[in-house]
Amino acid sequence: MNQEQRSNRQKNIRNFSIIAHIDHGKSTLADRILEKTKALTSREMKAQLLDSMDLERERGITIKLNAVQLKYLAKDGEEYTFHLIDTPGHVDFTYEVSRSLAACEGAILVVDAAQGIEAQTLANVYLALDNDLEILPVINKIDLPAADPERVRKEVEDVIGLDASEAVLASAKAGIGIEEILEQIVEKVPAPIGDPEAPLKALIFDSLYDPYRGVVAYIRIVEGMVKPGDKIRMMATGKEFEVNDIGVFTPKATSQEELSVGDVGYLTAAIKNVGDTRVGDTITSAVKPTAEALPGYRKMNPMVYCGLYPIDTARYVDLREALEKLELNDSALQFEPETSQALGFGFRCGFLGLLHMEIIQERIEREFKIDLITTAPSVIYDVHLEDGTQMTVDNPSMMPEAQAVNHVEEPYVKATIMVPNDYVGAVMELSQAKRGNFIDMQYMDDSRVNVIYEMPLAEIVYDFFDQLKSGTKGYASFDYELIGYKESQLVKMDILLNAEKVDALSFIVHKDFAYERGKIIVEKLKDLIPRQQFEVPIQAAVGQKIVARSTIKAMRKNVLAKCYGGDISRKRKLLEKQKAGKKRMKMVGSVEVPQEAFMAVLQMDDSEK
Amino acid sequence: MTTAAYIHIPFCHHICHYCDFNKVFMKNQPVDLYIERLLEEIRMRTNTNQQPLTSIFVGGGTPTALDHVQLEQLCKGIAEILPFSSTIEYTFEANPGDLSPEKIQVLRKYGVNRLSFGVQSFNDELLQKIGRNHRGSDVYRSITDAQQAGFSNISIDLIYALPTQTLTDFEETLDKALDLDLPHYSGYSLIVEPKTVFYNLLRKGKLPLPGEETEAGMYELLMKKMKERGLNQYEISNFSKKGFESRHNIVYWNNDEYFGFGAGAHGYVNGIRYSNIGPVSKYMEAVSDMHLPTMNEHSVPAFEKMEEEMFLGLRKTKGVSISKFNKRYNEDLEDRFKEAIRDAQSKGLLKKENNHLMLTHNGKFLGNEVFQSFIGIIETN
Repeated sequence: MNQEQRSNRQKNIRNFSIIAHIDHGKSTLADRILEKTKALTSREMKAQLLDSMDLERERGITIKLNAVQLKYLAKDGEEYTFHLIDTPGHVDFTYEVSRSLAACEGAILVVDAAQGIEAQTLANVYLALDNDLEILPVINKIDLPAADPERVRKEVEDVIGLDASEAVLASAKAGIGIEEILEQIVEKVPAPIGDPEAPLKALIFDSLYDPYRGVVAYIRIVEGMVKPGDKIRMMATGKEFEVNDIGVFTPKATSQEELSVGDVGYLTAAIKNVGDTRVGDTITSAVKPTAEALPGYRKMNPMVYCGLYPIDTARYVDLREALEKLELNDSALQFEPETSQALGFGFRCGFLGLLHMEIIQERIEREFKIDLITTAPSVIYDVHLEDGTQMTVDNPSMMPEAQAVNHVEEPYVKATIMVPNDYVGAVMELSQAKRGNFIDMQYMDDSRVNVIYEMPLAEIVYDFFDQLKSGTKGYASFDYELIGYKESQLVKMDILLNAEKVDALSFIVHKDFAYERGKIIVEKLKDLIPRQQFEVPIQAAVGQKIVARSTIKAMRKNVLAKCYGGDISRKRKLLEKQKAGKKRMKMVGSVEVPQEAFMAVLQMDDSEK
Repeated sequence: MTTAAYIHIPFCHHICHYCDFNKVFMKNQPVDLYIERLLEEIRMRTNTNQQPLTSIFVGGGTPTALDHVQLEQLCKGIAEILPFSSTIEYTFEANPGDLSPEKIQVLRKYGVNRLSFGVQSFNDELLQKIGRNHRGSDVYRSITDAQQAGFSNISIDLIYALPTQTLTDFEETLDKALDLDLPHYSGYSLIVEPKTVFYNLLRKGKLPLPGEETEAGMYELLMKKMKERGLNQYEISNFSKKGFESRHNIVYWNNDEYFGFGAGAHGYVNGIRYSNIGPVSKYMEAVSDMHLPTMNEHSVPAFEKMEEEMFLGLRKTKGVSISKFNKRYNEDLEDRFKEAIRDAQSKGLLKKENNHLMLTHNGKFLGNEVFQSFIGIIETN
């Protein structure tokens, strides 16, 4: 390709992503666009193709980003190259979203014609605006009976301040408005600017590990170009590699001779560790490096920690291997070995948020078939000791004794809750109960309010989201960002089973809530731990003081009454099942404790108070 | 050689809320033809040099749901095909109220010498709740009729821990049952099984079962009352006067072999456990094609036999004879199950007396805890 061809090609490239709240129709719209641009025949097309992992499908959430190249013959008679970059739709992955948006010039904002804008959408729109993206509003699901496109159009204008007069009225499901969207992409989304002759600058916006090719980096060329055989350098880590292969997804990975300004595709270079292709990092030429990296790179830090332990202690090594494999694909996952008196050898793992944590747990149990015990998640506390030193604690059982502690600081977030008028009271009550400080309240329109609170992250990690959903009949949407550390009156709550302290059940709680939470958790544990052959007292203690107690009664009867008409195999199976049930429990001292019990601290909803 | 048989009649006029056995509503079922096929299966599974049977148990379903003509067809056929030992225990399961004098006569005529009535409770309200069609008064009539016709070996089944049942209620039922002064009683705690009315109610949270404490209290009461009346508990759920232990029951607990005949029946013959095809039409089809109606077969390996010998044998009050076990398997029981024995003994659930291993009184309440530790531990090499 010569210079002129390149520049002609560049003129006809459009890079965009789709911003939408869960269920507002992002995946369906993506599918329709793929159909219209004939990226694949309908036979090839699996429903909702962009969400490729099982877990994503089940949860309706995109975790891994994808970038597809599409060819579109526009009404002006020219063929355009589209790159559709998919973004994850959950607050845990905000940074990844911001990087994939940084790879685009435009974004389609999909808003449900009945439900209007949600907090999550708003957060992503702001990310898009931060990245100077051209935003094309699309009002989707206009064929629903409850659709009110004019109200939503007004909302887009009032709330975000976008001109929504040309917003496309669409129904991705019914295939309405799709061409109009594609034409607007051609007309309104700017072509990439950048000099193909300049030194290489490519943004990494995702990566995954492929056992045959090593790390596959998802990149957007911002300046310069790259070809197989080029020597490249990762600017954050300084590591250098030689490019094996480059290409685009159509959506199959298809090798190319070169990637130039505006191109979005992949790059492989026998890279063994996703840690070397960090999201947000800049790839440049090792021979002719650029002076300055692309802005916006930061290392992702886990916000939430928990302990992961194999129920079967013999599978510790398997668990380590599972974590190592997952880490290949997930640079945000952190883990290091830890030991619990109650649970034995395991790992303290760091996650971007609760969803990230659950996904990893499920993948370990499902893909690696390791039964896990997960301890309740914890945030990272800054502990200032009386001797003037400072330590960070991400495992409640490691919290020093109260007398050694001068004060403790915990992470706070700014929580933005968008809710219909009628539920403002419920939201404020809940936020107050979760130690929130009221910051602001903005009326979005005559029916919806944006409520802003500062709140300890630990409260969010507990059951805030579930309670918010139930307290607002599912109408509230919610987003949060970390704002820093604040001092709090925190104490460590220990749980004793059969008079033995179970380190894995310890948790940190605000002093004022200690009594109440202690009471709830001992009752919860009483229900979750099955009867043993002896009576088991459960106690909750702060320091030496017992704040709550309960008792699991002894098992009284467990014997099959009859012989099932001579069906001995069935009898055997029943016994085997009972026995297997026990194997899924953890022996803590002399008490058999099921997996769920270790998460009990999370399930303390109001209804039980 | 196999000298015990279970024969299954899968038809019922009413389906009880707790029953998960293979059964169908009798209406519009090809009952006559089923009996023919059933007899055909018995012929196929036995041969001319079959040793005389020492125990036959006809269960269901509801065997007494058959009319007296069908009953005669069945009993006559059985008597023609199977040789009986002179001391045979030949039991029919009976639904109180179903046994007309005519039916009783048929049973007598063909050598049936034991009746097992599914009484379950004497509380009519409870009977209705659990989907039984009979009432307490039917029990007296049926038993008197049977006794007058010459049946002396009669047993009744009781079920406890029924929904809403109280300890007092069970005590009343027990007293009424014991006042009948029968030679054999079975007392089963309700077990809610999948695919039953109760199971579905339980899942919806609409089955008010008494708690574990009450259930244990009922079991305690059952054992106490039986003892007071001189009835010996020979197995976890079974009580009898001396010499009236059910031979059919004992076959199972001794881990001995037995034929299973009929749709969905289970058998254990020549070291192979098998189950028959359950659906009546499929079962009949197979037999009419002169195929054995076997659905599953499992040749029990030695280690499983040993485990089964333990978890079945320990149900008996006298337990498992160590010397018999060692001889039967050419093994050392106490070495094979060292840890299971030590563990159960340390918890006070198991004891060793007169060269037998047996459950303690507490162990009878928590039998499954003991049985579990005896399975899945022998190396499968």
